[in-house]
Amino acid sequence: MTAATEIRRAGGADDAVGGVVPQEVVRPATVDQVSEVLRAAAADGRTVVPVGGRSKLTWAAPPDSADLLLDLTGLDRIVEHVAGDLTVVAEAGVRLPDLQARLGEAGQLLGLDPPEDGATLGGVVSANASGPRRLRYGTTRDLLIGITVVLADGTVAHAGGKVVKNVAGYDLGKVFTGAHGTLGAVASTTWRLHPVPPARRVVTLELPDVAAAGPLSIALARSTLTPSAVELIGRADGAARLVVLFESIAESVDAQAGAAVALLGGGEESDDVPEGFGRRPGGVDDVLLRLAYAPAALASVVGALPAGTALAAHAATGVSYAALPADAAVEALPRLRAALAPHDGTAVLLRAPDDVRDRLDHWGPAGDSLDLMRRVKERFDPERQMSPGRFVGGL
Amino acid sequence: MTAVAEPSVSDLTAALAERLRATVGTERVLTDRTQTRTYECDGLANFKVTPAIVVLAESRQHVVDTVRLCSQARVPFVARGSGTGLSGGALPSSDGVLLVLSRLRSLGAVDADNRQVTVEPGVINLWVTRDAAPYDLAYAPDPSSQLVCSIGGNVAENAGGAHCLKYGFTVNHVLGAEVVLPDGEVVHLGGRAPEHPGYDLLGAFIGSEGTLGVATELTLRLIRVPEAVQTMLVGYRSVEDAAGTVSDIIGAGIVPAAVEMMDALAIEAAEAAVNCGYPAGAVAVLVIELDGPQVEVEAQFRQVEEIAQRRNAFEVRIAADDAERALMWKGRKSAFAAVGRISPSYYVQDGVIPRTKLPEVLAEMKRMADAKGLRVANVFHAGDGNLHPLVLFDDAVEGQAHEAEELAGAILELCITSGGSITGEHGVGQEKRMKMAKQFTPEDLDTMQLLRCAFDPDGIANPGKVFPTPRLCGERPGVRKGEHPVQAAGLGEVF
Ligand SMILES: Cc1cc2nc3c(=O)[nH]c(=O)nc-3n(C[C@H](O)[C@H](O)[C@H](O)COP(=O)(O)OP(=O)(O)OC[C@H]3O[C@@H](n4cnc5c(N)ncnc54)[C@H](O)[C@@H]3O)c2cc1C
Repeated sequence: MTAATEIRRAGGADDAVGGVVPQEVVRPATVDQVSEVLRAAAADGRTVVPVGGRSKLTWAAPPDSADLLLDLTGLDRIVEHVAGDLTVVAEAGVRLPDLQARLGEAGQLLGLDPPEDGATLGGVVSANASGPRRLRYGTTRDLLIGITVVLADGTVAHAGGKVVKNVAGYDLGKVFTGAHGTLGAVASTTWRLHPVPPARRVVTLELPDVAAAGPLSIALARSTLTPSAVELIGRADGAARLVVLFESIAESVDAQAGAAVALLGGGEESDDVPEGFGRRPGGVDDVLLRLAYAPAALASVVGALPAGTALAAHAATGVSYAALPADAAVEALPRLRAALAPHDGTAVLLRAPDDVRDRLDHWGPAGDSLDLMRRVKERFDPERQMSPGRFVGGL
Repeated sequence: MTAVAEPSVSDLTAALAERLRATVGTERVLTDRTQTRTYECDGLANFKVTPAIVVLAESRQHVVDTVRLCSQARVPFVARGSGTGLSGGALPSSDGVLLVLSRLRSLGAVDADNRQVTVEPGVINLWVTRDAAPYDLAYAPDPSSQLVCSIGGNVAENAGGAHCLKYGFTVNHVLGAEVVLPDGEVVHLGGRAPEHPGYDLLGAFIGSEGTLGVATELTLRLIRVPEAVQTMLVGYRSVEDAAGTVSDIIGAGIVPAAVEMMDALAIEAAEAAVNCGYPAGAVAVLVIELDGPQVEVEAQFRQVEEIAQRRNAFEVRIAADDAERALMWKGRKSAFAAVGRISPSYYVQDGVIPRTKLPEVLAEMKRMADAKGLRVANVFHAGDGNLHPLVLFDDAVEGQAHEAEELAGAILELCITSGGSITGEHGVGQEKRMKMAKQFTPEDLDTMQLLRCAFDPDGIANPGKVFPTPRLCGERPGVRKGEHPVQAAGLGEVF
């Protein structure tokens, strides 16, 4: 048996992406194999959907077609961690928690903390996933310093490099971030790292309603405090809780937590984050949305959410996750999008029960650069073989 | 079919100049060589090209009109901000239009609650921080040229600065851009929100060196001014000790706001130029700055001081106030120009290496310079391994300019073989495009140029920069081939 057949198997119901069952699943183990697989698929005119840990497959729209599921979890090597340079090179299939564990041994971390279980680096990049600490470390676009991608025709291309500072050539890593596999497959990633802060202190403040967090998060952002995260957890029509996380040296987190209590006019101090911190809100029966808007609009954004919505907001950054009751979502989503618009806001569907999903516009309006995006797609994937239909505007 | 004589380039540009005058106004279109010569180079004066036409845009509409007319005539255009670029990025095309943006200088009101501000591209970098200061906000990217360089130029180059170690580069601080694409279409990339559905074309545009279009408006992220700032100047008798200090600081889990290093030659130059009073006899100095919450800065500053002592610092000077801090920075920020005091001519290079390779790369660089009998002064962002070797030479000595150019090129190749990059902040531009083929494979470069083809299929936006060879874009998918340039320029009839 050749390597190429060992890595192939027939697709089954468990492999479905947005309800589309692939004919075949291929799990290559090297970048060269990824290239071979894609070249062959292109020759046969077969469509390809790249996947990693499959924890965020619902974040993009269902594909128009998925002949081949390209499972990248076989590319699982941490290639090079240079602690002195605070950089790491790791393949796309490496699981984020595995990488963090390895980096932790050297007292370092990758500043990304999306909560989805089993997420791989390639998936985190392709879905542009982030968590509470984006306030401190930013997101993939701020941390990814190099990338290896494989295009639809099998071309292997690199951009960026292994150094933190580098402006040679176009930064393809940016274009592949959040592209959901529609431009090609992410094969390897290079990151800038941060030291693990030695101490942590948390301030938790109970609020009568979510909107009360608006002015408080503005006050925090305009203060000299440097929290790693400011999380708002609650229900659109009920009580809420604001969690402010400080991570630094002990002297600093103690002093800052004290100052935060004074600034917020209350709050309990503790050494750890409460249960549920950083998790996406709601359950499988809800419609989960990611909202992004100019950060000071938090209060008006939560005001526009329908009753019964569970919310987890990265309050100081302008990104929130909202779980709407499924029966309300179809009607509420267009209204919510209209309410977000004045704040440059958008709402993207992350998950919905199957019967509701088809009645929702997954991405919403993409603005006046959609034609340009289409031209980018046409250049990278002229035959529309990579995850066709999954992206904005049906790209 | 009758063949028409190909009109000469000057006929084409003369017709274009006519149209430009009619559209953006006679007073904003320069064609007289004595005037257009003013724009023959940017901060890298060894490349000079006089543009056929200069347009002094004063509004977004002027930019749109100019770009659209260039597109119709298939005449190349080059955007120019303040012209301080150090890689020949704003070097004009002799048969094209130089589009000067420095008159687009209005700043919007600071949006303090959202910590952002929207500005026109000709706005000077430092003005942003000046406007933000009353709100205790600041614009983080601080290139040494910040008194004169433009935000548009910063965005095009993804400019860095001393404080990028902690705060990141221009790309980490631009939220949105209004861009005139090379066919005159206006698009908005990013915006006031932190995320938008779709490809991150804003991220791709930043650092694209004017090859993907012209930015006409930029929304910038502002940072809260930190509670405390502390700065120290440390003198060493060896480069290894200075480099070792940097490694130990990073190893201790401290992320300073800035760590800058200068070697003996650079110190000598700065001393001669601005009298900054750096420690006498130092073979290397570090300028180390920490910022953040008071207690944190104080504790970590003490720790850094101990590290420096352990690494045999012979003098540690701590800035007592803003005036002393400014003096410490003055030596560093004036270093490029200061080298003029100790050498008739010099090349400013910009390369990056992994920080851990600092001592060996510096030693190798010295060997290479000695072999050529040339001197290299080093000023650099030590925290992120971004070197600025200044290769000193004398024009008057036959062949020395050539030798210096060769040495500068060899240093870049050393950066590549050390796992680094040919540019950390000055861009590829005209100067380093041939070196791109050493850092990237042909497949890498072709793939990057797919983006170029999507934005600029005719290749008229700053052509000949960044890439060693242009990629032919072929037909635009789904679009009929355009009319012949001669016809578009209104110069020929197709029978
Ligand atoms: C003394 C000195 C010190 C310097 N220090 C630093 C430093 O610390 N860090 C650093 O990063 N750089 C530094 N530089 C380099 C230079 O200042 C930067 O590259 C700066 O960003 C260039 O801005 P500019 O307005 O002068 O742009 P220009 O030189 O006019 O143009 C640069 C590039 O930008 C393009 N461009 C300009 N405006 C636009 C626009 N609106 N839309 C699209 N493209 C546009 C041009 O086509 C060109 O390719 C230094 C230069 C000098 C002379």
